[in-house]
Amino acid sequence: MTPADIEDPRGSGRARFGSSGLPHVVKRVGGFAFSLVVTLFGLLLVTFLIARVVPLDPVLAVVGDRATQAQYEAAREAMGLDRPLAVQFVDYVGDVVTGDLGHSNLTSRPVVEDIRRTFPATLELATIATIIGVMLGIPAGVIGAVNQGRWPDHVIRVVGLLGYSMPVFWLGLVALLIFYGQLGWTAGPGRLDVTEQFIYELEVTRVTGSVIIDSALSDAWDVFRNALAHVVLPAGVLGYFSMAYISRMTRSFMLEQLGQEYVIAARVKGVPEWRVVWVHALGNAMVPLITVIALSYAGLLEGSVLTETVFAWPGLGLYITQALFAADFNAVLGGTLVIGAMFIVMNLLSDILYTLVDPRAR
Amino acid sequence: MSGVQTPPTIREWFATDTPRSRFQARSIAFWNAWQTLSSNWLAMIGLGIIVLLVLMAVFAPWIATHPPNAQNLPGRLNPPGWEGHLLGTDELGRDVFSRIVYGARVTLYIVALVAVTAPVFGLIVGTVAGTLGGWTDRILMRITDIFLAFPRLILAMAFVAALGPGIFNAVLAIALTAWPAYARVARAETLTVRGSDYIAAARLQGAGTFRIITGHVMPMCLSSVIVRVTLDMAGIILTAAGLGFLGLGAQPPQAEWGAMISTGRQYLLSHWWVATIPGIAILTVSLGFNLLGDALRDVLDPRAATK
Repeated sequence: MTPADIEDPRGSGRARFGSSGLPHVVKRVGGFAFSLVVTLFGLLLVTFLIARVVPLDPVLAVVGDRATQAQYEAAREAMGLDRPLAVQFVDYVGDVVTGDLGHSNLTSRPVVEDIRRTFPATLELATIATIIGVMLGIPAGVIGAVNQGRWPDHVIRVVGLLGYSMPVFWLGLVALLIFYGQLGWTAGPGRLDVTEQFIYELEVTRVTGSVIIDSALSDAWDVFRNALAHVVLPAGVLGYFSMAYISRMTRSFMLEQLGQEYVIAARVKGVPEWRVVWVHALGNAMVPLITVIALSYAGLLEGSVLTETVFAWPGLGLYITQALFAADFNAVLGGTLVIGAMFIVMNLLSDILYTLVDPRAR
Repeated sequence: MSGVQTPPTIREWFATDTPRSRFQARSIAFWNAWQTLSSNWLAMIGLGIIVLLVLMAVFAPWIATHPPNAQNLPGRLNPPGWEGHLLGTDELGRDVFSRIVYGARVTLYIVALVAVTAPVFGLIVGTVAGTLGGWTDRILMRITDIFLAFPRLILAMAFVAALGPGIFNAVLAIALTAWPAYARVARAETLTVRGSDYIAAARLQGAGTFRIITGHVMPMCLSSVIVRVTLDMAGIILTAAGLGFLGLGAQPPQAEWGAMISTGRQYLLSHWWVATIPGIAILTVSLGFNLLGDALRDVLDPRAATK
């Protein structure tokens, strides 16, 4: 996640669509659907091309290097690799659309099944991190804007700037070193300790795939506490990055709002200052902020790859990394595809949300 | 005063309201920007960090106290300050300080290579799309949008996985995911100048499309793109370090900061310095680029300032 990429959250979605012709809503929904399809298609094309440029020969992997030329050709034909690239691509798209991402050599299961198993862990982590980022980032941004140029503003900006400049995996390691290694306040890497993992496997019914929610639903409070102790560090680390971004954007939106005339009007009317700031101005700043939050959420899904590696968090990011080293290409591309698709959908969703909540953008 | 023409002093030459040549006008603009920038002490800290990084990379053999890859197994994992090892030794007894110093070369190499490829490509795509308009614009921008919507690290991971690990491939992967942002910036800038009179004048004088784009449109986009590049550098350094951490960037025994953190990871709880010190180096450099980038944006591109 690089903040500069998403500097202007009110990016492209608005300007692309004209104002004449069809009724606005229809045109807009159509435009979003078109964007989504084209972008997803582009993603498929890129992953397909990546699979094509792999220096490994997939046929050789199947038949072994002692196969005769005839055996090799037969396997090549059986795998469909002798057909034109375009035909193979159409086939690939068909497979993906019908939910077939191939077989993973690493886990010897279908990739789709692996993703279904690991994705909830990633989602859980990113969701908690976003909640932390929002809870801390918005107040920090508001306080910074209200105290523009004074020390609270400087402190908040420096904290945010550090967040922008820190490698996430390094902060994770430092957090482990301090809070787990030295102070012993939190649990270590992983999602659960061994005992709790055992109880979880036996007694907790899987409803959502989130250990925290499922264990609470099953009244397994030991598991619940243990899961919380494990999630605190990785979610805190990711949440810090989310906070850095959200507080910076909140600050700039709030400054924009506080300079508006309706703020002066409210003050003149005798509205208490806290109400002017937290209700009137923040209420309007929330409009672009929703986009920012959606983008930060998408960024965290991606940022989780490194965090999961550091914290041995059994999510999609760790799955992709492990598959990478096992040269398990179906798994890598499947995971890339899922995270990429989530990313694209969140991006578009933020565009849609923006048009929904801001009447001026309609 | 009198009609005697005295050659202007340097101070006057820079301060005049009526520059006599294009060179002088540019120098004055540059001087004014520098004045604003140098009054911002945060920006100067950022610039100082970057200058330090460059010096460290250039003079690495003279700054480093030990050869970066010299192993000394009896002296492994010793704490900072031990027998002349300023920042201690790693799991193979190599001097951490010297490896950090040499690691500056890798970081600078990555930064420089990305900085000369991605922005140039983005600039070409953006200005061509903006100037030509129509279908060219639509198709180029659609492709840009597709690439912009991709998660950068994951895509870079997939690219590196396909091309094979190594610094050059990591740079290639990062550049492939970094150019769309510059294309967007350049196109936006192009649209604001496309209809201006000076472009029309150049066209009337017979300038071809190529000349218009390279001679009259691109220079106008440069400042925005430069600001963007500076702001992006921190992200690029972090992505490169992330790839190095995952083992997809620089390969051992080359001293690369991300990879150093990765190997230090197993000794984290017992020997903290091996993993944490390279992280401080990464943090410092990307902080430097962020500080400078923020200030540059305020100076060169006041419209985008978030003040």
